Amino acid sequence: MDDLLREFLTETNESLDVVDVELVKFEQDPNNEKILGNIFRLVHTIKGTCGFLGLPRLEAIAHAAETLMGKFRDGVPVTEAAVTLVLQSIDRIKQLVADLEASEQEPAGSDEDLISQLERMAEAGKVPEPAVEVPKHTEGQLVYQILERQLRPGEVSLDELERAFRETVAEEPPAGAPAPVATPAPRAAKAAAPKAEAKEKDGEGEVKSGGVSAQTIRVAVDTLEHLMTMVSELVLTRNQLLEIVRRHEDSEFKVPLQRLSNVTAELQEGVMKTRMQPIGNAWQKLPRIVRDLSAELGKHIELEMNGQETELDRQVLELIKDPLTHMVRNSADHGLETSEQRKAVGKAEKGTIRLSAYHEGGHIIIEIADDGRGLDMDKIRQKIVDNGLASEFELEKMSEAQIYKYVFAPGFSTATKVTNVSGRGVGMDVVKTNIDAIGGTVDLKSVPGKGTTFTIKIPLTLAIVSTLIVESAGDRFAIPQLSVVELVRAQQNSEHRIERIRDTPVLRLRNKLLPLVHLSKLLDITTIGGEAKQPVSEEDGFIVVMQVGQQTFGVVVDAVFHTEEIVVKPMSTMLRHINMFSGNTILGDGSVIMIVDPNGIAQAIGPSQSAGTTEEVDHEEERSRDTAQMVSLLLFRAGTAEPKAVPLSLVTRLEEFSVDKVERSNGRDLVQYRGSLMPLVYFDEYAQRKTEGSLPMLVFSDAGRSMGLVVDEIIDIVEDRLDIEVGSERAGMLGSAVVKGKATEVVDIGHFLPQAFEDWFRRKEISSEALTRSLLFVDDAPFFRNMLGPVLKAAGYQVTVCGSAPEALDMLEHGRRFDVIVSDIEMPEMNGFEFAEAVKRHPRLRQIPILALSSMCTPASIERGRQSGFDDYIAKFDRPGLIAALKEVTTHEFGVAA
Amino acid sequence: MSDDVNGLNESIQYVTVVIGGQLFGLPIERVHDVFVPESITRVPLSRPEIAGVLNLRGRIVTAIDMRRRLHLPARTDGGTAMAVGIESKGESYGLLIDNVGEVLDLPTAGREPNPVNLDARWTAISGGVHRLNGQLMVILDVDRVLGGMTEAIAA
Repeated sequence: MDDLLREFLTETNESLDVVDVELVKFEQDPNNEKILGNIFRLVHTIKGTCGFLGLPRLEAIAHAAETLMGKFRDGVPVTEAAVTLVLQSIDRIKQLVADLEASEQEPAGSDEDLISQLERMAEAGKVPEPAVEVPKHTEGQLVYQILERQLRPGEVSLDELERAFRETVAEEPPAGAPAPVATPAPRAAKAAAPKAEAKEKDGEGEVKSGGVSAQTIRVAVDTLEHLMTMVSELVLTRNQLLEIVRRHEDSEFKVPLQRLSNVTAELQEGVMKTRMQPIGNAWQKLPRIVRDLSAELGKHIELEMNGQETELDRQVLELIKDPLTHMVRNSADHGLETSEQRKAVGKAEKGTIRLSAYHEGGHIIIEIADDGRGLDMDKIRQKIVDNGLASEFELEKMSEAQIYKYVFAPGFSTATKVTNVSGRGVGMDVVKTNIDAIGGTVDLKSVPGKGTTFTIKIPLTLAIVSTLIVESAGDRFAIPQLSVVELVRAQQNSEHRIERIRDTPVLRLRNKLLPLVHLSKLLDITTIGGEAKQPVSEEDGFIVVMQVGQQTFGVVVDAVFHTEEIVVKPMSTMLRHINMFSGNTILGDGSVIMIVDPNGIAQAIGPSQSAGTTEEVDHEEERSRDTAQMVSLLLFRAGTAEPKAVPLSLVTRLEEFSVDKVERSNGRDLVQYRGSLMPLVYFDEYAQRKTEGSLPMLVFSDAGRSMGLVVDEIIDIVEDRLDIEVGSERAGMLGSAVVKGKATEVVDIGHFLPQAFEDWFRRKEISSEALTRSLLFVDDAPFFRNMLGPVLKAAGYQVTVCGSAPEALDMLEHGRRFDVIVSDIEMPEMNGFEFAEAVKRHPRLRQIPILALSSMCTPASIERGRQSGFDDYIAKFDRPGLIAALKEVTTHEFGVAA
Repeated sequence: MSDDVNGLNESIQYVTVVIGGQLFGLPIERVHDVFVPESITRVPLSRPEIAGVLNLRGRIVTAIDMRRRLHLPARTDGGTAMAVGIESKGESYGLLIDNVGEVLDLPTAGREPNPVNLDARWTAISGGVHRLNGQLMVILDVDRVLGGMTEAIAA
């Protein structure tokens, strides 16, 4: 492509972007002459250059648009229609420029439609005689113009142009001074003229904007990229040199190398800086887009932008440009209500979309917030069900945040009406894919009636990654720090312990069970120099706790060295199929190191984890279910051959004692455990006791007491739904459920606890006997009724259980008196919220404290609970929390009564 | 590889290498350098022929174990391996071999097609043979040596 043309294209594209922004500003502030002058100059430059390059179509449109704007300047009122028309012309110009860029010649066609409209618009406005001003200036030019050609309708004379230029300059020349007409009188080289003017204007414009940009030059991106690569190489070489010198004391290279090192660091920083661009560049098109959307959707929208100057890597900037644009469109279209709707709910007529960017750590955070109606939960649910992404039942168990996540699912759009803006079902999933691709995350928060906020977190640059260097099976690997949450050393007596369920190790870290995997096993490296090597035990190694999306897991490595900023180099095509690695690089000591891809690990762990020990599991079925309403179940065998299950959350820990550690005292078996005696309860009392080997057991602790339930074998921990399908009459069993495709007996722990301490459930009762209060427990799931009933009894309450809310209401209305009510939230017929509202509406029942007990524990649902009249909101498996809350509401009430 | 079209008097220079006792020749214009590979980092989960990656003057080079590529037993004599550096499609590779020999200038006319009973796996990467004094030199077709490996992945 011709250099001149290329320059024209770049310059024009930039000018057009500015014109877009300025026009939108101008429309809001039509009296601002400065803005108008600026637009006028830019359009004129485009027109001039087009004429010079022989691009008649472009020139004609630019000219017509300029004419119309000239009218504005002369005092014609600025109307929305007029601005729209000018914007349309700008769009046409953009389109022509794009075609020009592609084919290197101006496309054929006519723009008469636009031009005639522009002209009509220009004619319509009664101009306060622009001609009056013309004679004020030199006549020489008039002669020149006449010589050249006729003025087109409404064409602006050069003088006027000069005036525009002068007026936009901050310091206006004194009125009396001769007009600084820079036009060379002869103008023989007609072609050069507009170009010269353009340059001149550029110069002026830049001076006005601070005087620094005059020192900028254009550099091809390729040149910068190449520079970056070379600097990376330099950094690596420097590192190698430093490593070598470190080994030689008193090396004469030391001082010059130090100098080289500093220079390299500075150079690297400098080159990195050239790649940095303010995020405002990616936002430049947004004001125009929002303005058009306002018109199209009939909404008043204000776009607020904060932190435009926040800088990030060019490459990253390019990649987020489109997602950002899409999200702003989305907010305008879906998020904000129409003016009428806003007025109806008492909000300001004008909706606001707020974009903000700031640095945080090695990341940049971008927020897109609107003050609209918030996400419509019901619509989303409906859509999820309609699209078959999840069943209604599954949704019931999901938290709001989980449901919101579906917004990012492919083919998902809640806009019922497909507008030309959004609602085509492509978009948010693409947004997420794009952001994921650069190692970023996107989150959303939504408050009904208040608005929605999307938060994007992306790394500043992709070229350099901060990594943790670890060793596994004799090799070193780099793990990106972005996904490393913490490092844990799990030794025998540390607080983070590793527990083993058969052969699967898990880490109990602050009450969360994390699956553990050996990096060496993941990578299938079990040999060092050809010799087989046993992987390091979890206790001796380090555990790198990593988080990828919602998945958290521990990766066991042999050693952790240090963190290093590394320059990622792409892998050879022969290695690219290995998804455990994202790239490789050269370390300071000159060796090559592979960079572990956290996503690859997460994928490898995800499906295989639960299947590790039970081969007969039906994987397809397992994966098709959503993990949202899964319960972690501990599977074990005791007495009979069929597996038994107990919710893992009820189990305090898993232990194994050798048989000779078991002592007998007072007719029962005990073991010394953590400095005290722990009674053992055998699952099957009549079975033959083992005489050697070890006894696996589940330890249950409560209020400082522990008991061990001895089982034959611990099988696995699995995630599955717990639906008790067949009830049981047998003591100690709640019933049977299908777990991992096999019929499994669900154990009633409440049956075994009193066997260890007869007073397990009663001892607290004694102390509070005088205060025994009656409690109504409402839950549709028999499992929880059976599981929590005893717990509540143990806490000293007289418990009445009830399977549904209407039944409970009926009971209450028919005079049964209760001191406190505990209710589930997710129930068929009438949910907990409705139930609480009904109770609170009833004059006699209003006084009864009511607690919510739910597995859906989100801020929004807690808030909803509070609004419905619940006195407290407790997570379903939080037994201590429930007891504490009960104590609080009942004693409070008691205190009031007393 | 260009065939006999080069005419009768043309000749090609070959860098000869020994892999598992067999003499091979690589066209000299494909050989960038010959080096002693140091500290090769193995790449877990990669194909067995890939010995690992190494740093050659700031570039990351993928090392290919030619014995494995040719389905020959691993080396037992404990000698230092050598590597022939080649470039393909903008990426650097190092072919690990036992020894590097001299450079031979051989007339194209002397090239003979692969013997029909040659192991099919060898035929796939051989561009013919040259009869030398007392031994045969198999011409290694570099593109096919590398190509065979990436294709298998794609499949």
